[in-house]
Amino acid sequence: MAAKENLIVESKGSGQPFNYAVGMHGSRFFKELRENRKLLGIKCPKCGKVYVPPRRVCGECFAEMTVFVEVGPKGVIGTFTILRYAFIDPETGEQKPVPYGYGFIRFDGADTLFQHYISIEDESKIKIGARVEPVFSEERKGNVKDILYFKVIDGE
Amino acid sequence: MDKAAVIGVGITKIEANKIKETFADMVWEAVNKALSDAKMTIDDIDNVITTSNDFWDGRTISCMAVGDASGARHKNVSCVEGDGTFGAFYGLARVLSGSYGTTLVTAHSKGSESVSSLITNAAFDPIYDRALGMDMVSACALQARAYMHRTGTTPEQMAMVSVKNHGNAKYNPLSQLPMDITVQDVLESEMISDPLHKLDCSPVSDGCCAVIIANGKRTSRYGGVPVWIKGVAFCADSYFIGDREISKAVALTKAAKNAFSMAQITDPLSEIDVAEVYDAFTYQELMWIEAMGLSEGGKAGINLEKGHYDIKGRLPVNPSGGLLSGHPVIAGGLIRIAEIVKQLRGEAGGYQVAGARTGVAHGVNGLCGQSHCVWVLTAS
Repeated sequence: MAAKENLIVESKGSGQPFNYAVGMHGSRFFKELRENRKLLGIKCPKCGKVYVPPRRVCGECFAEMTVFVEVGPKGVIGTFTILRYAFIDPETGEQKPVPYGYGFIRFDGADTLFQHYISIEDESKIKIGARVEPVFSEERKGNVKDILYFKVIDGE
Repeated sequence: MDKAAVIGVGITKIEANKIKETFADMVWEAVNKALSDAKMTIDDIDNVITTSNDFWDGRTISCMAVGDASGARHKNVSCVEGDGTFGAFYGLARVLSGSYGTTLVTAHSKGSESVSSLITNAAFDPIYDRALGMDMVSACALQARAYMHRTGTTPEQMAMVSVKNHGNAKYNPLSQLPMDITVQDVLESEMISDPLHKLDCSPVSDGCCAVIIANGKRTSRYGGVPVWIKGVAFCADSYFIGDREISKAVALTKAAKNAFSMAQITDPLSEIDVAEVYDAFTYQELMWIEAMGLSEGGKAGINLEKGHYDIKGRLPVNPSGGLLSGHPVIAGGLIRIAEIVKQLRGEAGGYQVAGARTGVAHGVNGLCGQSHCVWVLTAS
């Protein structure tokens, strides 16, 4: 009997290029990050909640937000994970080296959590509630990777 | 509510890779099973809702690609992008409008045809989140950690969900992963993303489900056994996960409260006989039943240890084996509805919950349970 063959059509490497608008709130956030290493949130005029990253609408109040406030740069770990499976980096198509830390950070002065990498040099220090600070990239381009990662601050 | 009923269900076998079938082939199978179950023909179907996701299907307007297999030609067909429970909600609304007497609802996906982590990564915000590589597994690991921190739920209790559901799946011939495993097996399985081991996660799956909903006189015209829809509600939370109280599912609490209220259920814990919930990960089964008020706050893990959620327990949860034993995205929630229908008709075979009269089915759409749809069903 002849060996079975599977007839499959592959999409190969064809992509769907997009130009995503960062928006005026995002532009201001990334400009401050790139030029001044500062992190901006935005405050709801109704409930007073401070959102990071800044955006136009408070979903809780259905209200437009216009007042930018500086937050952090220090904060605490809200929750975290350590990735141990190989993930294909959507930006490069390459497998990202594992393990690496991932977490939600609550910046001082903010009410929401901001997700980013956490350095896991000493895994025993990675805990919910641990104080962290960002390590900025020397060559900042105005995107989320202008922060390289967050690291746990000793003695705080 | 006592006007509408589910009068037919059809589920394909859930498999890791249905290499012989296109997704329209799966829809054809599920639709014909549902028509046969309802003792109807396609001519008895007044309108159609298909449910799919363009990224999973690898094409835009994917819902229209299954129109022919759904018998939608020359009919009013509309689409829902999301979980099948939400497609069924739309289908129900259409029969309740009075414009249609019957709706056929389908939901399908083939996880085998793509790279799941890239598909779920694409659900995240392209400006702030996507470049960091977040996907469904890592996001849910973050949520699992927060849930464990708040409730004191242990890795062993989470592992017991996996043991229970894979064990239940042994009695479900449509299940992908029936397994005899121990808590130790789960804890020793590969750590994917702390605190989630491989056996805390549902598999990548292919499958389809079809459900027929009828209104008024049409519920009893064809000879099938109607299961009554007593209460349905859905509710959504914020898009950014960081905006939510991540260790709780407040949207589910609200959806469940509204669905139970519509069904005139005042004490869900004593009035619900069986539940099928969206257990994409072990911790989610515990978190969801707690959020629905089917467990005291933070005690779901302890109740599980006592055997409350076993097929013969106080409140059997996922007697079919749940999504941990086979997880076709999009179809996942609609399968939960179909499984409750089988339970309430006494047709669940080896995983039948004795004397089940009232059941709850639950579906999730969005990352880490952004929105939830809850269905309360009762036997005829």
